[in-house]
Amino acid sequence: MSLNYYLILSALLFFIGVFGVIRRKNLLMLFFSTEIMLNAVNIGFVAISKYYNDLGGQMFAFFIIAVAASEVAIGLGLLILWYKKSGSLNLDDLAKMRG
Amino acid sequence: MENFLYIALFSPLIATLFSALFAFSKPLKFIGFLNSTLILISMISSFYLFSYIYENDFAIEIFLFDWITIGNLDLSFSFNLDHVSVVMLLVVTIVSTMVHFYSIWYMEDDIGFNRFFSYLSLFVFSMLVLILADNFAVLFIGWEGVGVCSYLLIGFYYKKIKASKASNEAFIVNRIGDMGLMIAMFLIYWNIGSLNFDIVFKTISYLDNFTVLLIGISLFVAAMGKSAQFPLHTWLANAMEGPTPVSALIHAATMVTAGVYLIIRCNEIYFLIPNLSFIIACLGSFVAIFAASMALVNNDLKRIIAYSTLSQLGYMFAAVGVGAYSIALFHLFTHAFFKSALFLGAGNVMHATNGNLDIRKMGNLYPKMKATAIIMIISSLALSAIFPLAGFFSKDKILESVYNQNYLILYITLVITAFLTAFYSFRLIMRVFFVKANYDEKNSNIHEAKSLAIFSILPLLFLTIISGWSSKYFEEFVTRLLPAFTINLNHEQIWILILIASFTSIFGILFAILKYKNSQTKEENIGIIKNILLKEYFIPKIYKAFIVKPYYRFSVLLNRYIEIKLIDNTIDKIGYFVYNLGAKLRPIQSGNLSTSLRLMIFGLLSALLFIIVLLVY
Repeated sequence: MSLNYYLILSALLFFIGVFGVIRRKNLLMLFFSTEIMLNAVNIGFVAISKYYNDLGGQMFAFFIIAVAASEVAIGLGLLILWYKKSGSLNLDDLAKMRG
Repeated sequence: MENFLYIALFSPLIATLFSALFAFSKPLKFIGFLNSTLILISMISSFYLFSYIYENDFAIEIFLFDWITIGNLDLSFSFNLDHVSVVMLLVVTIVSTMVHFYSIWYMEDDIGFNRFFSYLSLFVFSMLVLILADNFAVLFIGWEGVGVCSYLLIGFYYKKIKASKASNEAFIVNRIGDMGLMIAMFLIYWNIGSLNFDIVFKTISYLDNFTVLLIGISLFVAAMGKSAQFPLHTWLANAMEGPTPVSALIHAATMVTAGVYLIIRCNEIYFLIPNLSFIIACLGSFVAIFAASMALVNNDLKRIIAYSTLSQLGYMFAAVGVGAYSIALFHLFTHAFFKSALFLGAGNVMHATNGNLDIRKMGNLYPKMKATAIIMIISSLALSAIFPLAGFFSKDKILESVYNQNYLILYITLVITAFLTAFYSFRLIMRVFFVKANYDEKNSNIHEAKSLAIFSILPLLFLTIISGWSSKYFEEFVTRLLPAFTINLNHEQIWILILIASFTSIFGILFAILKYKNSQTKEENIGIIKNILLKEYFIPKIYKAFIVKPYYRFSVLLNRYIEIKLIDNTIDKIGYFVYNLGAKLRPIQSGNLSTSLRLMIFGLLSALLFIIVLLVY
């Protein structure tokens, strides 16, 4: 297996994430999409780190996982609160900051 | 020794700052006394400095700090006290001390008492900076400072529209002169690369004639502005709107003498351009007679004295023009004393008559104001150059030096001016003190000034009487620095000249006395010549018609077409463009998260694209 396969996988996953961020209207789905994007990047990091025999990339992947986990923890809390408040998680109902 | 120079220079500044603290509080007498005492301290140290320089024959230089050091320009804030500036220092501090003490009485009822003293001390400080400067840049600071202070003081009664206009006029007309000084400074720096007096005067003779001539002309324009010479003279008479002590200070010690001082200081430059010097002499003589003629008919007490100053400045410029710098300085020295005494006397009169200045509405004040009358008579005698008084010696020297250069026409002009001076001085004395009173004597409250005022004039009067005798020592002292002027006349010729000058003056006085002895102050019919003189040769009108009005119209046009149509419009258009752009971009801020996310990704992609494009090329 060459590095390219991993990188292609990472890119594909990332674009799936981007597409989700653009298309999806549900906030929960948006969270999933961001997670996909983050993990796509993780795959890239780990693959390149293995390729160059440098542990830096893998450590970075761990950091990203940690940050993503805390982000999800806080984000889900906020989402629940939001759902209790408004009864919907649709993004278009969320436009409270119109300029 | 430097310390005394610091004291002399900075105690007026301390006085200014201290009284400025109380500028808005109600009049405090002690401010007046404190300021006067500080100026007195300055005067005492000037005397000490004078004696030091007289004995040791050594100029004192002090260096305060580096001021501007850019590239080749190296200006330091430094002062130089030599034989000429020490004389000026004495004149300025003596006169201003007396004026300060006098003002305590004169301004005692004024609401702006503290403010007045602050300005007055600043005036003295600026003048000291001007005369002590050792380079043109520091001199320029003093020069401008004097201009600002004259503006503040002439317009001291700022609620009076006339005073405000007069102060504006003084400031604006002086600006022309300042422009001259600046051009001169630029030319000097351009050609010599330094503004220091020593260096400039040492190297000026290596420059080509035309440049020196240009520098000389610009410096003379500067002097014309400050000393109110012919085309720029109108402000001086209008400057009488300020309080009387200010007039005394402006006319005797500060401001108008600055121009003469500048030319004396730059004598090395004028030595190289004799043609310009001749023109200066001509202009000086012209101004002398021109101002004297206007003084003949004027009815405003202070304006008459103002014109006489103008006329005496003309004498000084005539002396400078023929190369007799030491003599011009001597006339400046003596003139300061009797002119300030005269002005302060006029202040007494003005105070007594509740601000009335029209000499037609005075008369017979002698019995009520004996001391003032004697002061004014003695100083008028000095002004008319009568024998044992100061004016005689200096004026006579000027006449001799002009005659010595064979400028016969100038000599005759100046002799006629001497006659006119004597006449109008005594016309004023007769009208104010001796003719039959032309006011309601019973209801008026004519009173002599308080003894503080009289005592502060007495030293000036004393100097008026004795300073002339110092002629020989004075000459010997200042010619250690200034070029000596030798008068190649034999004894008989000098005696004849003295007799001619004295007799014309005495004749002028007698003529005035006889003419006004029995005069009833009836309405005189005004002849054509008198009308022209009263209207100041229509010069203010000409200025108004040919300079002020066209300029006003031009400004209106500029306002209408350039300002409003072009500049304002452009600025407005820019504003509208930005506003419209904002309105167009407003939908972006919909508050919708997914739109924002889309935009974010769009931005990210375009940034990536940009980086790729940059990397490829």
